[in-house]
Amino acid sequence: MEFWFDEFHTPDVKHSIRIKEHLFTTRSEFQRIDIFDTSEFGKVLTLDGNVMLTERDEFIYDEMITHVPMAVHPDIRDILVIGAGDGGVVKELIRYDTVEHIDLVEMDPEVLNACRKFLPNNANGVDDRRVRVYFENGLKFIRRCENKYDLIIVDSTDPFGPSEGLFTREFYGNCYNALKSDGIMVNQQGSPFYAQDAEAMKRSHMRIVNCFPISRVYQAHIPTYAAGYWLFGFASKKYHPIDDLDSARWNSLRLQTKYYTTRLHKGAFYLPAFLERMLEEVE
Amino acid sequence: MDQTRAPIHEALERFRKMRVVPFDVPGHKHGKGNPELCEFLGKQCVEVDVNSMKPLDNLCHPISVIREAEMLAAEAFGAAHAFLMVSGTTGSVQSMILSACKRGDKIILPRNVHRSVINALVLCGAVPVYVNPEVDSRLGISLGMKREQVQKAIDENPDAVAVLVNNPTYYGICSDIRAIAQMAHKAGMLCLADEAHGTHLYFGEGLPVSAMAAGADMAAVSMHKSGGSLTQSSLLLVGEGVSEGRVRQIINLTQTTSGSYLLMSSLDISRRNLALRGKEIFRQVSEMADYARSEINESGGYYAFGKELINGNSVYDFDTSKLSVHTLDVGLAGIEVYDILRDEYDIQIEFGDLGNILAYLSIGDRPQEVERLVSALSDINRRYHTDGSGLMTQEYIEPQVVATPQEAFYSGKESLPIEQTEGRICSEFVMCYPPGIPILAPGERITKEILRYIDYAKAKGCNMTGPEDADILRLNVLK
Repeated sequence: MEFWFDEFHTPDVKHSIRIKEHLFTTRSEFQRIDIFDTSEFGKVLTLDGNVMLTERDEFIYDEMITHVPMAVHPDIRDILVIGAGDGGVVKELIRYDTVEHIDLVEMDPEVLNACRKFLPNNANGVDDRRVRVYFENGLKFIRRCENKYDLIIVDSTDPFGPSEGLFTREFYGNCYNALKSDGIMVNQQGSPFYAQDAEAMKRSHMRIVNCFPISRVYQAHIPTYAAGYWLFGFASKKYHPIDDLDSARWNSLRLQTKYYTTRLHKGAFYLPAFLERMLEEVE
Repeated sequence: MDQTRAPIHEALERFRKMRVVPFDVPGHKHGKGNPELCEFLGKQCVEVDVNSMKPLDNLCHPISVIREAEMLAAEAFGAAHAFLMVSGTTGSVQSMILSACKRGDKIILPRNVHRSVINALVLCGAVPVYVNPEVDSRLGISLGMKREQVQKAIDENPDAVAVLVNNPTYYGICSDIRAIAQMAHKAGMLCLADEAHGTHLYFGEGLPVSAMAAGADMAAVSMHKSGGSLTQSSLLLVGEGVSEGRVRQIINLTQTTSGSYLLMSSLDISRRNLALRGKEIFRQVSEMADYARSEINESGGYYAFGKELINGNSVYDFDTSKLSVHTLDVGLAGIEVYDILRDEYDIQIEFGDLGNILAYLSIGDRPQEVERLVSALSDINRRYHTDGSGLMTQEYIEPQVVATPQEAFYSGKESLPIEQTEGRICSEFVMCYPPGIPILAPGERITKEILRYIDYAKAKGCNMTGPEDADILRLNVLK
């Protein structure tokens, strides 16, 4: 018997993964949540049929969205993570002893519950004593914060679903306000390859550019995301992502990583020509 | 009657299955003759854009499915009869006034009526007797009519034929329509209601009283606003004392003989939805509006007003499903916030005036969009906050009516540069649209105050309409 999971990356392109077992499914207040077991990618979490993480390649996303800002800003103590109900981002952040306090704001408690049960390696980091979990709308949470965080990480789903509010001017503006005067915001910025994704990416980049004095985009290769090619946004009030990279300091921490290195850090900001042009259009 | 039925919708479904060969209008023939339109609107839609015919009844003289749909609507709204209308609530308002007044008749009404009301007076030649509404000086908005002022107008004009009430105003403010209907009836006058912003009053709980329940004789109801039907569809409701046949004749004076089945079916389906689920829907809308109000007020700067305005008379009740926000304390005019929301946040709200904005919440909203609106407002406050010096509030300028709207509109006139018009009688409308409440109506004297107001509204970017000269550099005045 053949049992496949299909995800449409565009109406004319689909990505399929053979399923060993469908471990879990539920419909929460916000979305449909599924967890599959697969031969190639291990356990796979999907929301509304979109792959969020796989055990096989989550390290790429989680390392790139966390270590890049951590290697630039010399003194990150207070962090806000929005989305990220799978716990992967928090898992990387708690490896830093200097981090004092992490607020995790996830809209949907069912995501964390499912991940605790089926992806404990990812999710159990949220039990660290420095982490506080809020099940709330991120847009609402951040409205009440001012001059509070050194780093905000926006780990949202794509801009066409329940996370739409996390790709808006009002959200980025409120993030700016919630950051300290040298704060950094990093967000998952989608993919530039397929036309619909590229449009959304350009729109959100434009909004960030309008809110922050420094706004750059960096890239990573993530096999299970659309086109296998993914972008992150680095927005900052003071630190430049390359000029202020402190390789010696970060390497002295001796953190074991599978994707991130301080050499790759610089390279990730060197973008292909088509993407440079796309970003220039909106900058 | 069975409110789960939707006779026009059902007839169109049957018609679709019959696969009738059309040798009648419309000429696009179920879309086949206009593939680009069909591609854009969808086959489902253009296939039922058809003409009146036996199985589908005729809006000008309904005897079968349209008649049934009207009876169902009448029952759902608690009216003696309901007319399906396809020329907007403007059409409903005009038919209502044309049914009540003829040339020379007086009609008592508040000055903050929609342009369609005064347009109707241009058409029929009735004479307006304005009841000056009270103004909230902080918010700069016109409130409702006080009972004693209405009574005074009735006593001074015993020959008037009708009293018209906004139920509610654009901002959600209600007059004591029950008492006003009683006063009107006692004096032998009709009570008419402009319920362009009041469809939900017929279905929600804890909302102000609807015109029909309050004993009014006629009400123009914008189903396409809070009721969810297609733009341009509307209802005209009448009570027991009004002749259905006479009103139908009046409607047929101005309404199309090719009533759109898209509009009519949307009225039918929306009425069914409201009758079956309206209570729950408007409970959710009011909850969202209440939530937004408390969040906006907590965020500082803005004042999202609500039931605290109620004073038992000029604000007899407040429609909590409306989300009106006073912006002057942020240091921005409402129209400026309206523009910033659209240009920088991709959020389109209903309108902004000099001191307030109105966000229209309805059947189609979800909590996540409300979060966006609230967050955008707080971000605008953070980015643009000023001390607000130099901002003007809207003040009520008492109109000086010199001629009836009809006389003024049709009399000999001349066009003058606007700055030379002080003291002259205007022969046209000037208004910001929306909200579409005239600053000047035909027959009113142009004063220095009014000119200053127009100047300021233009400078703030209000969308001004009405005069023949679209740029409003010139005005037509009576010779």
